[in-house]
Amino acid sequence: MSAALDLVVAAVDDTVPGVRSVRLVRPDGGALPGFTPGSHVVVTCGPPGAPGNAYSLTGDSVAPRAYTISVLRLDAGRGGSRWVHALTTGDRVEVTPPRSAFPPVLAARRHLLVAGGIGVTPILSHLRSAVRWGRDVEVLYAHRPGAAAHLDDLRDLAGDALTCLTDRTTLGDHLQRRLADQPVGTHLYTCGPAGFMDTVTLAARRLGWPDERIHVEHFGVDDLDPGEPFEAVLRASGRTVPVPSGTSLLDALEGAGLSVPNLCRQGVCGECRVPVAAGTPLHRDLVLTDAEKAAADTLLCCVSRAADDRLELDL
Amino acid sequence: MDRALVAGFPFPFPTDRYRYSTNVEPAPRVVSTPAGQWGASLVDVDGEYHRELDERAAVLERDPSRYAVLDHMAPACWDTMLTLMRELAAAYPDVMSLDGDGPSYVWTNRLFDVEQPFTYAQPSTLPDEPLRYVASQVQEDLVLLDQRDGDLWGDAGLVTFAADWSFGFDVGMSFLEIHGPVPRLRETGVITRAREFIMRLQPGAPYRRTNWTLTVGRRLDVSTERYPEWGPDRPRMLTVDDVTFGREVHLRTEVQHLVRLEESGAVLFLIRTYLLPFEELARVEPWRATTAAVLADLPDDIADYKGIAGYRDRAVDWLHAHAP
Ligand code: FES
Repeated sequence: MSAALDLVVAAVDDTVPGVRSVRLVRPDGGALPGFTPGSHVVVTCGPPGAPGNAYSLTGDSVAPRAYTISVLRLDAGRGGSRWVHALTTGDRVEVTPPRSAFPPVLAARRHLLVAGGIGVTPILSHLRSAVRWGRDVEVLYAHRPGAAAHLDDLRDLAGDALTCLTDRTTLGDHLQRRLADQPVGTHLYTCGPAGFMDTVTLAARRLGWPDERIHVEHFGVDDLDPGEPFEAVLRASGRTVPVPSGTSLLDALEGAGLSVPNLCRQGVCGECRVPVAAGTPLHRDLVLTDAEKAAADTLLCCVSRAADDRLELDL
Repeated sequence: MDRALVAGFPFPFPTDRYRYSTNVEPAPRVVSTPAGQWGASLVDVDGEYHRELDERAAVLERDPSRYAVLDHMAPACWDTMLTLMRELAAAYPDVMSLDGDGPSYVWTNRLFDVEQPFTYAQPSTLPDEPLRYVASQVQEDLVLLDQRDGDLWGDAGLVTFAADWSFGFDVGMSFLEIHGPVPRLRETGVITRAREFIMRLQPGAPYRRTNWTLTVGRRLDVSTERYPEWGPDRPRMLTVDDVTFGREVHLRTEVQHLVRLEESGAVLFLIRTYLLPFEELARVEPWRATTAAVLADLPDDIADYKGIAGYRDRAVDWLHAHAP
């Protein structure tokens, strides 16, 4: 696992209401690791050790001098977006190296990119690479009137291949038409609020798109639901750790002084796997196979919880 | 033989017993051996640099099918070139450098008197295709795996020093198909585990493993296509005298690095081949003893697959006879 990067805020941009774009650079201005389009970094939203939020990188992915993220302010969220919105130039920010969980399929014949609201961020990075490599690409961007982050970037890059949709009916119709009218070998990528992505993927499936050609960025904007409270019992010490609603098992374990390897805190990297001795896990990750989930002897503690009120861990 | 080549030889056996395993570890990491050390970087330039790169050029000239790139892998090839140039420049700053911060660069390699400006993703700025160009600067063989549909596909590569396989034949195959013929691998689940592991590789966190076999003669290109040339060497090893046997039979180590490429998301598989003749191996006592033990214990099917079943017993006897 690569070490965290200590960056500084070089600029903030609040042009679009409710959305803040932040440009992060190395203190010495040096090059940052490149990344696969659609990658995210996990930003530590607060002092070291504070919870992290995953944000997609929107800038150039080859030999970048800066990482840029765009964050929608969510007043009801866990506080990460409010923290980002309070940053000022010169502030230090700790981020993980980029992680790729939403890459373009190189072998695709054509790329249909469908963004909803702030879900435009990974789509923008896909679009940059599509333009660089001359890929056949089309972009649909659904947003509220007058509140479109990165609209100029998309226009510059996509030109005629961009369609903006600002009301639900046109969105539904247009989506149907465009999904129905793609050559075989087209891959669909969508990011946005969960309901939006559900609409897009459902429409695609109904039109016969196979799952391998539908790609969804799972943590565009929404947090997982807070879940029911439960107790985690640690086999080795016999201790009981309460896990309240809204607190992840990982957070609770760390709060109890245990150190559990972790990286994404979003159920995508697989680092935080812990053995289950008794009880039934409620799996919410994207890592374990169905068979592994059914075996119920392990869980990814950053997102998964207990199906009942008690879980015994081999820790 | 050049002492530095012995000192830098990556001896592949940690113990007296060899079986297939998912023997991957984070890289780079320096390993000390009784003769010296290896493993400080992902790419390794040694005293054979010019000889091996001349040989690679000759192999390619004779058989262009050693290089293959499916169309969609162009970004991965540029990614590979930039990645390897950076690695070389970091490992050998006295003789190699990559200047510029994109998209324009200058690649300098004093070992070849090369100073090559180029623009990333612009084929017209390079004298050759990027994968073939960078393969003329590193001793490693290169295979690129594309990841899609929950699998890995060997969709590009340049392999001139293959040990009894053939890249031209494998291009476009899935990871499981490529490893189809290896005995025991399927049953033990080693290959499916390796595949799962590779699919989770992240950029900036490369891994490596070693593989090994025996090769007769100082011959890097023991590909399937040229079997008629090197195949008869094996039975010949049963009839030669001891001095010839020690000079001709080599322990062949492959150091394989797995690198998740940053921009394309493809996996770069680097295969660097080292050959150490038994006469040199026997001078490093722990190496002699361990190799004798490993070969004596090796199950027949593995020995068979590695193509050494016919002279494995003689190799064990030879190594025993050369105990100090
Ligand atoms: S920390 Fe990544 S899956 Fe839990």
